Amino acid sequence: MIKNKDKYVAIALVTPSIIAVGIFVYGFIAWSVRVSLSAWKGLLPDYTWAGFQNYLNLFADPRFHIDIRNTLVFTIIFVFGSLILGLFMAILLDQGLPGENFFRNLFLFPMAISFIVTGVVWRWLMNPAEGSRMSGLNLLFDKIGLDFLINQWYTTPKWGMAAIALTAIWQMSGYMMALYLAGLRSVPEEIREAARVDGATELQIYSRIMLPYLQPVTLSAMIILGHISLKVFDLIIAVAGKQLALDVPAIYMWQTTFDGLFYWRGAAIGTLLLLSVSVLIIPYLIYTLRTETEL
Amino acid sequence: MFSKKALFALFTSLLMLSMALSACGPTATQAPVVPEKTEAPEATEAPEATEAPAAAQEVEVFSWWTGGGEAAGLDAMIVVFNGMYPDIDFINSAVAGGAGTNARAVLATRLQAGDPPDSWQGHAGQELIGTYVAGNQLEPLNDLYEANGWLDVMPETLIPLISDNSNIYSVPVNIHRANVLWYNPAILEANGVEVPTDLDSWFAAMDTLQAADVIPLALGEQWTQMHLLETVLLSSLGNDAYNGLWDGSTDWSSPEVTAALEDFQKVLTYTNADAASLSWQDAAQLVVDGDAAFNVMGDWAEGFFRELGKEPEVDYGWAAVPGTEGTFQFLSDSFVLAAGAPHPDSAVAWLTVAGSKEGQEAFNPVKGSICARTDCDPALFGVYLQSAMDDWSSNVVVGSLTHGVVANDSWKSSIDTALGLFLADPNIENFQSALVAACVESGPCK
Repeated sequence: MIKNKDKYVAIALVTPSIIAVGIFVYGFIAWSVRVSLSAWKGLLPDYTWAGFQNYLNLFADPRFHIDIRNTLVFTIIFVFGSLILGLFMAILLDQGLPGENFFRNLFLFPMAISFIVTGVVWRWLMNPAEGSRMSGLNLLFDKIGLDFLINQWYTTPKWGMAAIALTAIWQMSGYMMALYLAGLRSVPEEIREAARVDGATELQIYSRIMLPYLQPVTLSAMIILGHISLKVFDLIIAVAGKQLALDVPAIYMWQTTFDGLFYWRGAAIGTLLLLSVSVLIIPYLIYTLRTETEL
Repeated sequence: MFSKKALFALFTSLLMLSMALSACGPTATQAPVVPEKTEAPEATEAPEATEAPAAAQEVEVFSWWTGGGEAAGLDAMIVVFNGMYPDIDFINSAVAGGAGTNARAVLATRLQAGDPPDSWQGHAGQELIGTYVAGNQLEPLNDLYEANGWLDVMPETLIPLISDNSNIYSVPVNIHRANVLWYNPAILEANGVEVPTDLDSWFAAMDTLQAADVIPLALGEQWTQMHLLETVLLSSLGNDAYNGLWDGSTDWSSPEVTAALEDFQKVLTYTNADAASLSWQDAAQLVVDGDAAFNVMGDWAEGFFRELGKEPEVDYGWAAVPGTEGTFQFLSDSFVLAAGAPHPDSAVAWLTVAGSKEGQEAFNPVKGSICARTDCDPALFGVYLQSAMDDWSSNVVVGSLTHGVVANDSWKSSIDTALGLFLADPNIENFQSALVAACVESGPCK
């Protein structure tokens, strides 16, 4: 009997949050999807059915093509850059050299800064001005004789997005380092010892033993970085403001909804963003749920 | 045992519910006044009519003037208002955020919820008409204009630009000019260049300057490029054809528009390579610092030059954008009367002050703009603003695109996208067809 009462109490306890999440998350997702299928343009809601033509229009929109390309460029450079740099730093720290604590904190610090601050600082560093107005990194390159490195940074035609990805790598690679370092430390020392006894070189130990061990870490890291890069918004605004060459879906969504009052288009972009994040997250959730039940 | 648990459960669920409710709080806190009173009108003497029974009357005015000369100007105007209407409480609901992006989003939320402020700020013209008149949120103000004789003290060519179907919808408080060419007199003199008066002499001058290794034309981020585009369109097409772009009588696909866009493309070849990384202030500063010869920017740049400690006619000079002499391309901050305003009489009192000589003379010298009225005292203003006042009362008035006069928000945002695509991939044909499509989608074109 007591057990049954416990069940009621438990249900009573979770009901409010289920209702709240139901309304404020899933209810509004449903509402956004409905808006994305409507003809709502202008201040007041207009739920006239426009259907999937809205999405077809969006896919035919040259600006949206730029958004998709920019997101791909950003995601690829940012995710792989952060992973590789993070792993590299983790392996360095794993060598048990003195000062490890200091460097671990140093690499992790950028994580503590908001994207806005990172963006503003890198906006100064990546100043593309020429001649007497040169400043930031370009001036540094000029002074130390590395002239060939001087470039237009985020104003580079076509590839400006790569410069934005660099700033994001600067911010997030320390976090990847922390994840990888924890992963490396969880590899039992006996396995390494055994490999050494068998005559494996250090390189072989890392490539044959450690990296396979780190696979789950890499998967989680890719999910974390992937959804950050799909939603990136503040960093770009802080570095470059609103300019179409560096447009991404989130910025288009914001501008078209609140500057242009194309609510249907904003909702359609939002829905697509949600779908693309789900493609990353849902397999991950299934994977973790499965491994948890196995344990 | 059981009762304790039940009590605990009840308590926790209440706690969680309150957390859930407070999570949707922020929008409510944005609106400083008005706790639930949408339905019950004031007159019914609801005992819940809460705040300040002493001042029975109040007016809530919504703006994005929260800092600098704008906020100081608004304060000066509120002083005038309090002097004329001591019985009305002025509630200043300003929301911070550059050029009103945040304020407009907050306002849209309030209007969609049926909770309008009595009056709010907006750029005069289609930015107000296309959004709020189309949404039935504004009252026409023709009676107010007639009662105060404003039609006689404001330029005749201004009125159609702030009207829709002969109904006037806003009271312009200040006027800025968009088609101003700022130049560095020393650089022009050193290179033997006269201030250009048409596009051809401008191109010739910029050729000379480019050969002398000076940046001919300083340019900033994307919106300043749209600002440049609108002045070049005006210069190349002339007043009538330019106005026709916005009422549908000029064909966007015509060869004249093609030629104007080609002019724009040519102008861009004289600009600095790092434009995308500069704000309008950065770009304007290049002129007074001697790095660039010309800059096209609205006349708020003059206030910025003064802040930098520069002397008018010494460190910087000004002229109409070449080819637009005799035309005043304007933009204006203005106030409106909300349809269903909670305090309509107080709102009208506020608008009366906003359109009055006293109100405008209090506001504009502080903000660094000129009066919308043509009868303000010139002695209150500096040398540049005096020349702008002369032009304002004598020139033909046309509207600005970038600053909300001639095109509604949707149209403007589509033009902005077309321009951005053009800057990324300079193809006039695509640019023009995107502009045609934008006019069909959100403008008067069919």
